[in-house]
Amino acid sequence: MNDLVNPVEPFLRSDRMPHIWCPGCGIGTTVNCFARALIESKIDLQSLALVSGIGCTGRVAGYVKLDSFHTTHGRAIPFATGLKLANPKLNVVVYSGDGDLSAIGGNHLIHAARRNIDLKVICVNNLIYAMTGGQTAPTTPDHSTTSTNPYGVFEPSFNLPHLVEAAGAVYVARWTTYHVRQLARSMSEAFQKKGFSFIEVISPCPTLYQRRNKLGDGLDTMKDYKEKSKVRHGAPTNEVGLTMTGEIIVGKFVDRDRPDYQTMMRAQLAESLGERFVEQAEMVCS
Amino acid sequence: MKADPRGVLTGVHFIDGDHACCEGALAAGARFAAGYPITPSTEVVERFASRVPTVGGTFIQMEDELAASITLQGAVWGGAKAFTVTSGPGFSLMMEHIGYAAMTETPCVFVDVQRGGPSTGLPTLPAQADMMQARWGSHGDYEIIALCPNSPQECFDLTIRAFNLAEEFRVPVMFMMDEVVGHMTEKVVIPPADQIDVVPRKHTHKSVAEYLPYGTNGDLVPEIAHAGEGYKFHVTGLTHDERGYPNMTPEVQGKLVRRLQNKIRIAADRIAMFEEGQLDEADVVVVSYGITSRVAQRAIEMARARGLRVGKLRLITAWPFPESKIRELAARVKAFVVPELNLGQMVHEVQRAANGQAETFSVSHAGGGVHRPEDILTTIVEAAR
Repeated sequence: MNDLVNPVEPFLRSDRMPHIWCPGCGIGTTVNCFARALIESKIDLQSLALVSGIGCTGRVAGYVKLDSFHTTHGRAIPFATGLKLANPKLNVVVYSGDGDLSAIGGNHLIHAARRNIDLKVICVNNLIYAMTGGQTAPTTPDHSTTSTNPYGVFEPSFNLPHLVEAAGAVYVARWTTYHVRQLARSMSEAFQKKGFSFIEVISPCPTLYQRRNKLGDGLDTMKDYKEKSKVRHGAPTNEVGLTMTGEIIVGKFVDRDRPDYQTMMRAQLAESLGERFVEQAEMVCS
Repeated sequence: MKADPRGVLTGVHFIDGDHACCEGALAAGARFAAGYPITPSTEVVERFASRVPTVGGTFIQMEDELAASITLQGAVWGGAKAFTVTSGPGFSLMMEHIGYAAMTETPCVFVDVQRGGPSTGLPTLPAQADMMQARWGSHGDYEIIALCPNSPQECFDLTIRAFNLAEEFRVPVMFMMDEVVGHMTEKVVIPPADQIDVVPRKHTHKSVAEYLPYGTNGDLVPEIAHAGEGYKFHVTGLTHDERGYPNMTPEVQGKLVRRLQNKIRIAADRIAMFEEGQLDEADVVVVSYGITSRVAQRAIEMARARGLRVGKLRLITAWPFPESKIRELAARVKAFVVPELNLGQMVHEVQRAANGQAETFSVSHAGGGVHRPEDILTTIVEAAR
């Protein structure tokens, strides 16, 4: 019977199933990819911590069998920053939604990218505030209908890869939940990358985005993603903005190197303080 | 355990309260601070930024107080003793994360060097008008501990106490300074490290299989584990059971929230610190805290010179409020006089605890300066009548 155990099950808190996500939701698919990336990259699970904010994707922290933190709305990145700085040996993944990371948490997103904090940010972008019932997000495409723009969205949306590249991210990729192998591979790559990495995953919300915009169900969305996605590695990020029905440019857009925050901090302090600089000991204050 | 000597600047110093607070944090073992500049508190983190790389630790200036107040909590779960420092407007922004620290039982210290409010108010001038905000500012039912130093020496001594209480009870501790105490320069004696008691983190000794992140024994304070140690625990601001798992039932909510309250309330008399003076034959007791206690001292002396029987009760712990002490005094004194740099905050607690057994007089001041001793004296005279 053991042969029938799902390979991702050891990475999940089975005692918390069933999860809260709707039928057709893409978040579970991304978690599956995440677990496969953990297997593929053979990353040390004991030194891996996962931090989420609030929202549907914010619930990921509760389902993974890792040290996991479900923090406050928008503040997963600063929490993760403290965790990483206090214990640099940890690999810290931030796993949250588009509203959490780019609206209420938008300031932290750009500053963490600017500082090049060594965090792996997985942003599940379902184009909407789902947990609260389908309100407009900074990512909701023009002309969509939402519960707070019942006559249509008219404000421009964020192009997240462009935003985080401009702010300084060293690794930026985008996939949809149709691209499960590519997504898992990008996650593995980001685990190996030192610095601020950002992976956007376009994901369906059949209950609140697709339904309200007459875009069909979860399966229709998969077909849509398949037809409308174009893989363009290295695409200039100013060209990858999303529209409601247009093509979805996916791929690895940015992969560059620059020193991360802690490397720069240690170099600066060592240069300025000389022998007076004391390396941070393990902070465990037991 | 005793303080790590690397963080202790043993000696006799002439420094202000903000700098003394920083030295207290270092002596207590704080090796992480996240902050955002705001008058009149910034000197605390400026000194920390200068000192901590020579001790082995990290300061990060965040993009705002929302970030600072949660970054420090990430550092705590990474194993550090951590704090942040702010003043009124920043303290307002931190409220959600005080609730998060209370709910997740993250031991940490929030320093608030109080200035005049509301809003931007008086950035460079004193007030004590955040006392109720410290207690009630975040939503929901929770308990915190708040301390009020009245001198640079106490900014040092009580910052250590603040960290120790945070660790003992796994609770956010509010360190309620005011602009005058923060900027007042006086002698500060920092003892040798082996004379400074430091409470270690209540770290679990249980095995991974036995460990329940929010399970408690008799003392209502759960044992903690840090990220990276293999416990694979979950922390959430949602209502959670002993495993740390979300649970949306009234039963689990009641059990959790009552425990968070009781772990402090039951220990209130043990946590309470106050300074008494000539209470034995007092007719009138002046209840004060922070910088106001030093003005009140002068008023008490003036009143006693007139033959009035006046005693003092200085609150060092503001929260939990030392209710039993007030109740005990109320049974035998005529009145309480409560001067404070606000339009009446802690006076309501005094009145509540006195429960009609003694009269309560407020001596309010909207902030921007300190009381004149004569104003407090006038009310003492009135109260003694």
